[in-house]
Amino acid sequence: MIGIVSYGTYIPKYRIKVEEIAKIWGEDAESIKRGLNVYEKSVPDIDEDTATISVEAAREALKRCDICKDDIGAVFVGSESHPYAVKPTATIVGDALNLNGFFYAADLEFACKAGTAGIQNCIALVKSGMIRYGLAIGSDTSQGAPGDPLEYSASAGGSAFIIGENNVIAEVKDTLSFTTDTPDFWRREGQRYPSHGGRFTGEPAYFRHVLTAAKTIMQRNCLKADDFTYAVFHMPNGKFPVRVANQLGFKKEQIELGLVVRYIGNTYSASSLIGFSAVLDYAKPEDRILLTSFGSGAGSDAFIFEVTDEIHSIERNPKVWDKIKNCVYIDYGIYAKFRGKIKMR
Amino acid sequence: MLPRFWRKIKYRYNLIGSKCKNCETLYYPPRNICPKCRRRGEMEELELWDEGRVISYTIVHETSDDFKLNVPYIIALIKLENGVIITSQVVCNPSEIKIGMKVKPVFRKYGEDGEDGVIYYGTKFVPAD
Repeated sequence: MIGIVSYGTYIPKYRIKVEEIAKIWGEDAESIKRGLNVYEKSVPDIDEDTATISVEAAREALKRCDICKDDIGAVFVGSESHPYAVKPTATIVGDALNLNGFFYAADLEFACKAGTAGIQNCIALVKSGMIRYGLAIGSDTSQGAPGDPLEYSASAGGSAFIIGENNVIAEVKDTLSFTTDTPDFWRREGQRYPSHGGRFTGEPAYFRHVLTAAKTIMQRNCLKADDFTYAVFHMPNGKFPVRVANQLGFKKEQIELGLVVRYIGNTYSASSLIGFSAVLDYAKPEDRILLTSFGSGAGSDAFIFEVTDEIHSIERNPKVWDKIKNCVYIDYGIYAKFRGKIKMR
Repeated sequence: MLPRFWRKIKYRYNLIGSKCKNCETLYYPPRNICPKCRRRGEMEELELWDEGRVISYTIVHETSDDFKLNVPYIIALIKLENGVIITSQVVCNPSEIKIGMKVKPVFRKYGEDGEDGVIYYGTKFVPAD
């Protein structure tokens, strides 16, 4: 049985409210909140980045299970905000976890789905027998240009998963990917902030890929929405995942637990994975979970997980929702300082 | 700067100290020779990963240009549960810091060599509760 052996999450403690950002740009906060269904977002501290967030999430995952660190044979860090353009974040994570150096390391980049791509890589390596355990992390400190609608949602967080064959808490029953060349969101080399195609990010990008991946994996496993306890979709805002869930026939109670975006924003590569972790925090044996990520550019990775009795054997506190509630609000000035929007001489 | 930091990565990322097998004294940063036992001492590396308490601190308001965006920040003496006293930054609002406060280690950025230079990481502390 291959699946998740342990998981950990990290959400920076700072938050900025939509009202605070809207005040700076002279926009109507209520209409933005209605439009995005996002009320506030997480902000990394001045000394936090994708590497530090990845390490904290991975340390929590390791602490929660009883595996020998030397058996971790692969580390993948999926992000679109790696601290270096050339020099892998995975190397920093490996040393910070004090691994023994004998592990395959790679940084993955596929907009918001690089974290789930890492999980798929680990599943394949474990299944082939090449490694015993793999560590897949989705982590980001995403940025939106000042005044861009993205600024209301682009946030920071990370989620780490240890994949293996023993003491599995959630078995991977199936996974598939759907990928096309769809330029809905991009950042050219050397550019500080990403660009996007506005409304084009909806139907041809998010909805087409998420719906195709989710529908196909459900059909090929002869499963309907009712057969799942929970469903988690990538959360670029609070509206898209709710709409896609409705279109697939899922009810509110199946998606509510994983809908973290309204209070922490879009954590990009960590978005669907933090939602999935929030679900695992409360999952019971035999629960079936559908996870579907989305990465602009564009593609979706879909997974079907079944929770095992082992879920009771690992520590699941503090829970994702505890971390979401444990926050400190900041104003736009501090936010600008933390996010490097103030240029020093 | 770069080679010096690279040599210390192991000890900065993970608070790996040293222990004298002869007198069992713990050191951080690690020492090659036990100053108490000298030739009789035998050193071994040891992970000091532990929570601790603030025993003294100072709040830094004036600093070099590299850390201008970080002020005010806190530098504290922290006594770990295993007795080792280390100097580290405590990341919290200066109004929250108190002697006796329980803190735990976290992985954070120390700084960077400008916009195109290497980024330095290591251990800092945050309030544990």
